[in-house]
Amino acid sequence: MSAGSGKAYTIDAQGLDTRRLNQELRKIVNNGHREIELLNVTGQRYIAAGLKGDFQIDIDGTPGNDLGAFMDGPTIRVHGNGQDGYGNTMNSGEIVVQGDVGDITGLSARGGRIFVKGNAGYRTGVHMKEFQGSRPIIVIGGSAGDYLGEYMAGGVVLLLGQGLEGNHQADFVGTGMHGGVIYLKGEVRGIGREVAILDITEDDRRFIEELVKDYTKHFNVDVKNVAEGDFKKLIPVSSRPYGTLYTY
Amino acid sequence: MKSYVLPDFNVTIDRETCTVCRGCVIQCTFNVYSFNKEKNRIDIDMNKCVDCQRCITFCPEDSITVTPTPIQYRQNASWSRENIRNIAKQAEAGGILLTGMGCDKPNFTYFDRLLLNASQVTNPSIDPIREPMELRTYLGSKPSLVNISSTGESLTDISLESPQLQVEIPILFSAMSFGSVNLNVQETLARTAVTSGTYFNVGEGGLNPKLNKYADHLVLQVASGRFGVHKGYLDAGAAVEIKIGQGAKPGIGGHLPGEKVTEEISATRMIPQGTDALSPAPHHDIYSIEDLSQLISAIKEATDYSKPVIVKIAAVHNSAAIASGIVRAGADIIAIDGMRGATGAAPQVIRDNVGIPIEMAIASVDSRLNQEGIRNKVSLIAGGGIRSSSDVVKAIALGADACYIATAALIAMGCTVCQKCYTGKCPWGIATMDPMISRRLNPDIAAKRVENLIRGWSLEIKEMLGGMGINSVESLRGNRHQLRGVGLTERELEILGIRMVGS
Repeated sequence: MSAGSGKAYTIDAQGLDTRRLNQELRKIVNNGHREIELLNVTGQRYIAAGLKGDFQIDIDGTPGNDLGAFMDGPTIRVHGNGQDGYGNTMNSGEIVVQGDVGDITGLSARGGRIFVKGNAGYRTGVHMKEFQGSRPIIVIGGSAGDYLGEYMAGGVVLLLGQGLEGNHQADFVGTGMHGGVIYLKGEVRGIGREVAILDITEDDRRFIEELVKDYTKHFNVDVKNVAEGDFKKLIPVSSRPYGTLYTY
Repeated sequence: MKSYVLPDFNVTIDRETCTVCRGCVIQCTFNVYSFNKEKNRIDIDMNKCVDCQRCITFCPEDSITVTPTPIQYRQNASWSRENIRNIAKQAEAGGILLTGMGCDKPNFTYFDRLLLNASQVTNPSIDPIREPMELRTYLGSKPSLVNISSTGESLTDISLESPQLQVEIPILFSAMSFGSVNLNVQETLARTAVTSGTYFNVGEGGLNPKLNKYADHLVLQVASGRFGVHKGYLDAGAAVEIKIGQGAKPGIGGHLPGEKVTEEISATRMIPQGTDALSPAPHHDIYSIEDLSQLISAIKEATDYSKPVIVKIAAVHNSAAIASGIVRAGADIIAIDGMRGATGAAPQVIRDNVGIPIEMAIASVDSRLNQEGIRNKVSLIAGGGIRSSSDVVKAIALGADACYIATAALIAMGCTVCQKCYTGKCPWGIATMDPMISRRLNPDIAAKRVENLIRGWSLEIKEMLGGMGINSVESLRGNRHQLRGVGLTERELEILGIRMVGS
């Protein structure tokens, strides 16, 4: 470990196990460093789990599962592919992944934003919820797997369908969804009983364009190419999907 | 549609002694009583009675009587009153039957078939009045080896690797979430946890800021809905519990209907007002022991390994194998909730037919972990059907480190187990969020009552320990020599790990 060039503090993660890497990270954050660079990351999990504050972490390599779990504030940029559970139960902050991510991205997130340049795995945005001012947002450049937005209780998932040939292979989209919205370009295989597909409004389009701008900025791609095409939105039919289940 | 469901209870008022004070009208939250102005008397609608006994307790003239209704279906061993009623109810409403509290079926309660040992001549009993009796115990993973220097100091700092929960009595208050019970109840339990030197589990409904001052005595739950779970929440308590299952409803999730998600519930659970609070049975990031291990580790990383992580499961057929996996997943404490465990709301068919009694679960888990040589890596909390201090002692002798109690604490506060928790109308001000009814529970008085219960049980546990010639809870744990079974089959005795009475 050494202080890198410029203001950024660099940690060489080679040979560091998850626990020691996070210990180092917590230490330098507590010492007031606001720009941190992690090099040679090879699958270490829970990076930045539970970290709170306004600082940024740049990661070179492939971080393991649960990056930014319970995180509250930081910005994490992954210069490579990601794995499962990024932003698990995140409160606020931003995660930007230059490649693809695995399953359950943004599980139960309550705030913050996740940008993925490529594709996401299964159960993206599952159980995501919003509360007062916080509204979690997940933007996926490509496509996502089954159970997209399952049990979603709030927040936004935007699927841009970049490089998609044919339809999204996602089935059971929005199963159990009772809040929030999923925007997507292209068709999905199937949707849950609890959601309806609608055309987007002018407000929706403006909102999508804002997110697309951020997406193109993060990943240095052309705005027009991304923003064109027909978007649809999926919203829950009811905020009380299981209202008649019980006999008292 | 005319209801074919007959009233459960017969309510009568002795008109001779009744002063028409209208106390019963005020006390009954189910509206059994109403004041008839013309006749200047109390009218009764016994169809609505749940037999909570609130009116009887508060009637100044002792004028009220509640008895099981004499109207009976024709005697039939197969078609019991309950079977007929339930079908009638479902024929009317067409949904899942809900119920509150624990299983009320006469399923085996093994505790009642276990007898404790007492020292006589060959080993001396201990007089708990004169001699120190140690009820304190520590919950958490213990190291396999402790290095002691020649001067007697411990070279292994166990606190570094595994934080422990220190309990002054081997009893903790089990999870009861804000929403299922009100803040008065939570405050009562949190306060009693402080004065009695133990912990209260706030359940999965988030942490109300009014409980922050009791933080050192709180266990905070992480369930599949992740309600109210954030960095500050994880940091606030003494331990974090991942809830996988619950004894009253194994394999079943929680579900707070949208109309109950009020402003206060919404703020505590950190979800929008008026939407269903769905907490499905599966955690969608846990489909294997490896996944569970990941959530345990994520919580430990997020809290810098400063607090133990509890994993709570319902007692089910293969609990022992599951527990073995949970230990290997890195949990510090496993809480096992037996099938008689209570709840605010569960499908009746699940509550009464799924799971196994806690006695069997705790005994088989303890044996299995011992056989595998990993019992030290975890502490066991037994819950679900602990009704008395003797149940606590027997559970510990069967292998538990401590017990979770919930219904017993609620009964100490006034609960009469009318089993209508899910209606939100609890006449004793416990399982209700109605601000007016909630005021019936005064935390000052209730805390004193629960504290008294804990004190009484502590004294009894000391008496039982002393009688066995044991002076600490630690020495009782898994000490099955102190138990004998009566009226049990050989196979049952074998699973419990105990011998028959007389042998």
